[in-house]
Amino acid sequence: MKNWFKSGAPWIWLTGGAVTISLVAVVGLLALIAVRGFGHFWPAPIVETSYTLPDGSQMRLLGEIARSETLPATQIRESGIDIPEKERFVTRHLVKQGNRDLLGRDFVWYLDARMGERSTPRDAVMIERREWGNFYGYPVQLREGDRVVAEGEALWRELDERVRRSNDLHEEIRRIERREIGDINFRLERIRLAERRLQLTPGLAPSELQAQLEPFARERGELDARYALIQERLDRLYRDVRRDTLTAEIMDGRQVEISLANIVRVSRPNAMGIGQKTAWYAESVWEFISGYPREANTEGGIFPAIFGTVTMVFVMSIIVTPFGILAAIYLREYAKQGPLLRLIRISVYNLAGVPSIVFGVFGLGFFVYFVGGNIDRLLYPEALPAPTFGTPGLFWVSLTLALLTLPVVIVATEEGLARIPRTIREGSLALGATKAETLWRVVVPLATPAMMTGLILAIARAAGEVAPLMLVGVVKLAPTLPIDGNFPFIHMERKIMHLGFHIFDVGFQSPNVEAARPLVYATALTLVVIIVALNLAAVGLRNHLREKYRSESD
Amino acid sequence: MQQTGQGLAVAAATEDGRLLLARFSASTNLFTGETTVRRDGYPLPQPPASAERILLDRTGRNLFVSDGAGRIHYYDISRPAQARLVQSVPVVAQGERITAMEFLTGTVSVIVGGSDGSLSQWFLVRDADNVEHLTRIRDFAPHGGAIVAIAPEYNRKGFVAADASGGVGVHYATSHRTLLMERIEGEVRHLALSPINTALLALDGQGRVQKFDLYNPHPQVSLSALWGKVWYEGRSAPDYIWQSSSGSDEFESKFSMVPLTVGTLKAAFFAMLFAVPLAIMGAVYTAYFMTKVMRGFVKPTIEVMEALPTVILGFLAGLWLAPFIEKNLPAVFAILLFTPLAMLVVSLGWSLLPAAVRSRVGGGWEAALLAPAVLVVGWVSVSMSPLVEVWFFDGSMRQWLTDVGIAYDQRNALVVGIAMGFAVIPTIFSIAEDAVFNVPKHLTQGSMALGASAWQTVVGVVLPTASPGIFSAVMIGFGRAVGETMIVLMATGNSPITNFNIFEGMRTLSANIAVELPETAVASTHFRILFLAALVLFAMTFVVNTVAEVVRQRLRKKYSSL
Repeated sequence: MKNWFKSGAPWIWLTGGAVTISLVAVVGLLALIAVRGFGHFWPAPIVETSYTLPDGSQMRLLGEIARSETLPATQIRESGIDIPEKERFVTRHLVKQGNRDLLGRDFVWYLDARMGERSTPRDAVMIERREWGNFYGYPVQLREGDRVVAEGEALWRELDERVRRSNDLHEEIRRIERREIGDINFRLERIRLAERRLQLTPGLAPSELQAQLEPFARERGELDARYALIQERLDRLYRDVRRDTLTAEIMDGRQVEISLANIVRVSRPNAMGIGQKTAWYAESVWEFISGYPREANTEGGIFPAIFGTVTMVFVMSIIVTPFGILAAIYLREYAKQGPLLRLIRISVYNLAGVPSIVFGVFGLGFFVYFVGGNIDRLLYPEALPAPTFGTPGLFWVSLTLALLTLPVVIVATEEGLARIPRTIREGSLALGATKAETLWRVVVPLATPAMMTGLILAIARAAGEVAPLMLVGVVKLAPTLPIDGNFPFIHMERKIMHLGFHIFDVGFQSPNVEAARPLVYATALTLVVIIVALNLAAVGLRNHLREKYRSESD
Repeated sequence: MQQTGQGLAVAAATEDGRLLLARFSASTNLFTGETTVRRDGYPLPQPPASAERILLDRTGRNLFVSDGAGRIHYYDISRPAQARLVQSVPVVAQGERITAMEFLTGTVSVIVGGSDGSLSQWFLVRDADNVEHLTRIRDFAPHGGAIVAIAPEYNRKGFVAADASGGVGVHYATSHRTLLMERIEGEVRHLALSPINTALLALDGQGRVQKFDLYNPHPQVSLSALWGKVWYEGRSAPDYIWQSSSGSDEFESKFSMVPLTVGTLKAAFFAMLFAVPLAIMGAVYTAYFMTKVMRGFVKPTIEVMEALPTVILGFLAGLWLAPFIEKNLPAVFAILLFTPLAMLVVSLGWSLLPAAVRSRVGGGWEAALLAPAVLVVGWVSVSMSPLVEVWFFDGSMRQWLTDVGIAYDQRNALVVGIAMGFAVIPTIFSIAEDAVFNVPKHLTQGSMALGASAWQTVVGVVLPTASPGIFSAVMIGFGRAVGETMIVLMATGNSPITNFNIFEGMRTLSANIAVELPETAVASTHFRILFLAALVLFAMTFVVNTVAEVVRQRLRKKYSSL
């Protein structure tokens, strides 16, 4: 024992333990996110059971068991629930009973001891609705207007078909509202601005102005007429989509009617086989990735957030790449090594250490209000006082992030340039190439992978950054995507949604955290997957590079 | 005369020395729509000898009367029928008189001007026995002559005062500043301010009115208001408080940067407490003892850890870790205590194994061998946690802590320390590992050749040589912890308190900017103070990072010369 202590082994083991703890934490964290994120989409069984209330009366419970926990009994007693004295531990289940509009609360804790026998009835349905969250119950009959279409066993097939029809109609309505009406609104706004610009033009005679305004008025008339037509079509579609209703029984025995227009998807998880469940799972994941958010972002998909993140990162890359790479080439190849260069290097490293929120504050104060405000005054006077670029938006987000990731690109590129073997440079120079030729024909092409590495790392950093974005242009719900079919196709002034901010917003600002929780895990998983993939790509590229130069320089 | 919540109240002193209070309340009959006005009159007890000025506050509970002898009499009239004189205080120097007396906006503070030109602020302060006393809060820069008029600003705690010698001064209460002292012509009788505090009217003895433009956009800021203890209205003592806005227009904004700075340092401190030992020990081990194969696995893992977005760490800390710790508080302490013990036990057990088994595994795999031990300790601690609570803490350790007198928030410094520690471990780890790994081989080999053991070489040679690098790693990690936003935003309660209790939350500079900057009016004082907060943050990290970088460059030079 004494020898063991004297050899220093315990200390070595303790330092090793520090690595272990770090690794366990990383792997555990990734596993936690993966399990919660992937698990969310798997259809959970709907459980029916009886529950004895404190006054002795019985009620029926129907829903999914979201979570279970065992606590010391005192903690439950403190919250005012009566537990027999002899019980030391209590198990309770968080039941997702849905039906928020009917039962008031969709997540409720129930004590295990008061639950009766549990069963999983085959005909229980889970209905994803457009409003009020999920519905749990038993379908009774399906009606078209006042006519009963199907009951009992036949109901299921019929329901499936009609839900598909109403979803198609809904899709059509959404398309019209988003595309066609959005298009008309966009043009109307452009006409308004063009008119205003004319009115602001100095030295335009009134008659001339009138003549120039003429075509706009005509165009506006045409658009208004088209709008009226679309509106009529919409009204018809809205009537159509409300045709069918489903009557269903909920857990307290009430029968309620659900319009099929309000139904997204219907499933009978208890009757599903593994194959069906897998299909359902794939469909859910696809819907999550490609769908639009519903109900204050707590349901539905995250497509606009993914799209916004990608667009933002893309614009940022276009800005940061030339600056970062040129700066690095200058620092490494041309600048005279001396105290000034050392100062610049320290500044670059320092820039990397500046808190990201400070970049956000700088972006807001300098880019948005100063630069953006001046752009508005010079280029968009017709839109004032409504700001065009003088308000947070995509361009400022990208610019701020470009500033934030500049050191990453510079450092990686410099490292790549430094790693190019001298022999290659000297070979080129010996063959009579000038310094510029050597640099641009030999050194830079060889260093391209290093630049790629830097760019990938910059993208990974940018995709995960949230704090500065909250100040310069990311919002919880953007009405339009930053890229669409209207000229100039990519709209730099629009506000965007962002995966990271989505996590913060849904997880911490939403009214129903319990319902949003699985969605937050799924969003977090998406973000982690993107970022880990990007990083591993960068690491792979770098290692590959290292090997390559090692063999070439030998 | 004052409009109160219960209607109109009028107080008056009569020539024959009585003090009277009248209340008018209007009520509208629901059925007839008829409005009736009721008047209740009350005489007040113990009227002062020569009442001069009367102020009635907006709550209708307090009445201040000044007399010719330089005293203010404070009456509690919350129940007018039993009104009583609480206190008579001299408010100006012996032998001087009160020449002006006015409420600041909100009718909480009274500004008193004396015949000697003094200006002071007074308001009611609750003492330990819950009795309110009129208290002198602060004095302002005195004027050259007797104060003749005081005009309060609208919706801010500033005022303008004029004296008999023609001086006009602009003062601000909270920041304790005198912003302007100017002479104007004529003898001022009355002063008035425009509702947005941009113009000043002065009426003189001849009935002439002079208008002055006033440019006074940010009087709330002063060094003492930002960094010192300030006695805010309604508080019992000077304090550091950050409370930037409220629903009421008459609210006194409290812009003390101290709670935010302390919160920032507190968060960073607990993060470092968690991260520094783990990161440095891990770095030493990885650089010096670990086998190459495992290194190839560990380094990318740490890089992935570094790349994890802080919003994800923050969200897990807030939504998963905080409730988990609250529920398994004993487990946290058990893990803290038993994990190192378990490691030592495994180490001892390993040394007792036959040499053949040990040599088959070889050195440098300790970290992998310890993984099961860490997992087992964690699992046992968590599953024993409810039992421990029942045995030792009467069922709930959280409740027990509260009973002992330790405040407990669900989102607290412990949670932030772990989550933010997790975020800074990779930063410290990478730089420290780099420094340790690059210690010239001939130094360590020399040490070993002289008979030192591996651990002795580490302590005696490697660490001293690499210590500047390790120091700069810690500094850079600290800089990152100071500036981190999302984790503290999500994992603390964001309550701006000034203490170092590990079980309470905090609000940091960065989180404060993130929360308040999108909400505030552009170019307002609050907006500018938030920019100042960003500057403070920048300055902190700038100093720390520059020091770290300079140290690192010197270390590099040293290595190359060795």
